[in-house]
Amino acid sequence: MTQPQTRPTAVAAPAPKPASAPRAVMTGAFLEVRNLSVKFPTDDGVVSAVNGMDFTLERGQTLGIVGESGSGKSVTSQALMGLLKGTSAQVTGEALFQGKDLVTLPEAGMRQLRGRNIGMIFQDPLSALHPFYTVGHQIAEAYLVHNKATKKQARAAAVDMLGRVGIPSPDMRFDEYPHHFSGGMRQRAMIAMALICEPELLIADEPTTALDVTVQAQILDLMSELQQETNSALILITHDLGVVAEVCDDVLVMYGGQCVESGPVDEIFYNTRHPYTLGLLNSMPTLTTGSGKLNPIPGQPPSLLALPQGCIFSARCEYAALAGDGVCESQRPQFTSEDGHGTRCHLSGPQILSIRNSR
Amino acid sequence: MEQQPILQVENLQKHFPIKTGLFAPGGKRTVKAVDGVSFSLERGTTLGLVGESGCGKSTTGRMIARLMDPTGGRIVVDGVDISQLGGRDLYHFRRKVQMIFQDPFASLNPRQSIGTAISAPMVAQRITPQGGLKNRVKELLEQVGLKAEHYNRFPHEFSGGQRQRVGIARAISLNPSVIVCDEPVSALDVSVQAQVVNLLQEIQQDTGVSYIFIAHDLSVVRHISDQVAVMYLGKMVEQGSRDELFDNPRHPYTRALLSAVPLPDPRQARAQEKIRLRGDLPSPANPPSGCVFRTRCPLFTTLGEEQKQRCVGEVPVQAAAGSPACHHSTLAGALAAGVQ
Amino acid sequence: MIRFILRRTGSLFLLLVAVSFITFTLFQFGPADPASAACGQECTPERVQEARVALGMDQPFLVQYVEYMRGLFSSRMIGAPGAESLCQWPCLGKSFQTNENVSDIIARSLPYTFSMAIGALVLWTLSGVGLGLLAALRKGSATDKFIVGAASVGVSLPIPVTGLFLLLVFVNQFHLLPFTTNEINSPFGPQGPLAWVLNYLLPWIALAVLFSASYIRVTRTNMIETFGEDFIRTARAKGLAPRTVTFKHGVRAGITPVVTMLGMDIGLLLGGAVLTEQIFSVPGLGFTAVRAAVSGDLPVTMAITMLAAFFVIVANVVVDLAYAAIDPRVRLQ
Repeated sequence: MTQPQTRPTAVAAPAPKPASAPRAVMTGAFLEVRNLSVKFPTDDGVVSAVNGMDFTLERGQTLGIVGESGSGKSVTSQALMGLLKGTSAQVTGEALFQGKDLVTLPEAGMRQLRGRNIGMIFQDPLSALHPFYTVGHQIAEAYLVHNKATKKQARAAAVDMLGRVGIPSPDMRFDEYPHHFSGGMRQRAMIAMALICEPELLIADEPTTALDVTVQAQILDLMSELQQETNSALILITHDLGVVAEVCDDVLVMYGGQCVESGPVDEIFYNTRHPYTLGLLNSMPTLTTGSGKLNPIPGQPPSLLALPQGCIFSARCEYAALAGDGVCESQRPQFTSEDGHGTRCHLSGPQILSIRNSR
Repeated sequence: MEQQPILQVENLQKHFPIKTGLFAPGGKRTVKAVDGVSFSLERGTTLGLVGESGCGKSTTGRMIARLMDPTGGRIVVDGVDISQLGGRDLYHFRRKVQMIFQDPFASLNPRQSIGTAISAPMVAQRITPQGGLKNRVKELLEQVGLKAEHYNRFPHEFSGGQRQRVGIARAISLNPSVIVCDEPVSALDVSVQAQVVNLLQEIQQDTGVSYIFIAHDLSVVRHISDQVAVMYLGKMVEQGSRDELFDNPRHPYTRALLSAVPLPDPRQARAQEKIRLRGDLPSPANPPSGCVFRTRCPLFTTLGEEQKQRCVGEVPVQAAAGSPACHHSTLAGALAAGVQ
Repeated sequence: MIRFILRRTGSLFLLLVAVSFITFTLFQFGPADPASAACGQECTPERVQEARVALGMDQPFLVQYVEYMRGLFSSRMIGAPGAESLCQWPCLGKSFQTNENVSDIIARSLPYTFSMAIGALVLWTLSGVGLGLLAALRKGSATDKFIVGAASVGVSLPIPVTGLFLLLVFVNQFHLLPFTTNEINSPFGPQGPLAWVLNYLLPWIALAVLFSASYIRVTRTNMIETFGEDFIRTARAKGLAPRTVTFKHGVRAGITPVVTMLGMDIGLLLGGAVLTEQIFSVPGLGFTAVRAAVSGDLPVTMAITMLAAFFVIVANVVVDLAYAAIDPRVRLQ
């Protein structure tokens, strides 16, 4: 699938020289993240949760951020939401959202954006909703912070929103508590809360992980529908490559706090360029493959307390020897991209191609 | 003559009484968590038990391991009905069926060393293996891909995948005939999940153990199972061989369930038949009459009045092992073709 | 909600009957012999027997219990046949020492205990919850460490130490406050509320130092846990002001264990703060109970014991109801 040049894509730009990259000249990207890093000082040392993330996102686009636990995908979203402000976390780099830098923006300014311009949906709707307040109250509250409205108007808006996310008899359900709702209903309510002020950017952190597949399908459909209605941008954080394949336009694969590969969804799945992504795809059983052995990625993810000097994936990479000179162990690969498809790997294009074909 | 199955479950039931309080009217009501489930498990094979949360699959697994007492039906392990065992008999039975749980961290005592945890079943069953307990544990550790020197370590020193290996070592320590695996890989990352799935398959090949594999991830179930059984609201809706069930699902629920699984393949995902169930699972305390699936059934809405009446009034049963519990399953295939 | 209250109140009644029965039994079969205690010096077996009859102790145990409980509902006659006297409702028997109605003695002591309890309660709740919350919000800071340290000291200071220290400093040394007087037992008395406050300030502080220490700890731990909850993150993600996040979403969810503690402590304290009342010479229930116990005045001791149990049970029910008001999930079932 070729893409017209005008189509904006969520693409990682090489961090070191953003000024020379053609995309960076195009000022006023909707969301542009440059060299974003998050470190947590702990008693055992500094945890490097995110290490130099770069990507851009335009309205109407869905970007999937995929990674396993500890890959830094959730921390990235929290940094974008400014939820790490006021904690011990050290956030550096830039995240320009409609020209405003979310990293340096003070808490008061961030609060104006949260809920109104950037909405967020979390993984477990039961724990993410307050158990002591009615669902409707919590949604109306989100409306009231950002709108000059009476309680009555807020209620009307919330009831309307509950209806739009597919909750039957919303006027009655408004006064019920989260524990009266089923798992799927709760996540619908969360979505209603996140969207009540019609934010331009929605960040969904594992929004369907706690749900059953049939309900997951409903929720993913709903999110896509609402996104098209409002032409908002969506960042979908997940560990599930199936969900990514189903919903996302662009994909960003994270490993050890770094983006190891990014590009349009078909590129990532059919023209994979990073051994980690390849390993992930190969380790998954699918509905169509037979039995036989799965191909797991050997070993464990690296400790974020002491990242290796070279490529973060090198210790688990079956092909590290191919690059020669022990370069994978000694040097961090740069992020290089071509036609909007980027990868962080020392192996050459032909080398990757032959690996892919041998599978 | 063919060997008899290692496990036969017949009309298994678990009805929980609803607590209504001292003065509440209404008499005795029950939640039918498992209601008339039957299947059998051949030696050395795996039966996948799937369904949404609340369908009763875990309860079924727990009853087979006798961690819960059935309120009705039979569980025949190796020719012996164990559903009503008690006292010494139950104690001896425990060697035959073991269990692996979803959360390997929660099922390990944080203050107990790995070695102690793995030897616990042997100690409880007063088994002294040849070469001593400690050596046997070290052997088990190596069998599940850990190292003998992990013996004195504690659970918090292990990753999720390693902890699940410990859980597996503990389960196989008594050489059981059946292991009930309750969502054993759900909490694990994809790359690690594959390691554990492979390990389970290796163990089966080496020891001939049979698995009940309970999971909501249908891809994993397809990969590991020989037979698959689908449950909905406490009832068995369809069962059959892996390929039969996945390639040619006949119950509308099975079809919907399969079509809801997101495929890690964008082109296939775009082309996939998409059946969307409306609404949520009905309350198990107050299930629909007749066919429990009818309130969400995509087929139901297309039926004529007379056909609908049958779904409302009559509980569908599996005509034979392998056939779907649906009055109109022959129509389901035609409908799906029409949707396309 | 109404059914919930009715059910709770029903169980309250049953509990009270059980507790009264147990208390009564304990005193009946305890080591003390009220009859020999009542007959005084120069006791002969005959006089003990007379006393026994006079106290109604010649009756079977159950009859005695029923008689005693009847007094809670109506006046009854008390004493040996021929020498009976009327015991006004609510009758809890008569003091061996003074022959006064026990209910009168209790009625006299209660205002002092109430005065002590109310002020101390307000003081320690405000300081305990306030400081605990502050420490939780500033977790890891110097403020947090100071508060936690102070709480550790406070919880390890026994009442006699704080009490005597306060008396020494504020009364003896600097004459800032008067020594507690028995003449004031209500803020509505002729001396006015200010005198009441000043009179009880020192016992309040002594009690508050002890109690608020544990309130600080519980509040701090629970609030830190609550601030880590997902719904707090949701509240922040909505763009709510920090104050709303902290109080409306945080404190309401994290405060429930404090409510439990509070209920238990109120119950206990209303039964009489024995040490504090002794040290500050406040003639409340605790003070009276100690005097009665020492002199073997069984009816008084027993009545106060029952009353204390009553307070604890009632406080428990109130806690349950408060829980239901705070947490909608409790109303379920």
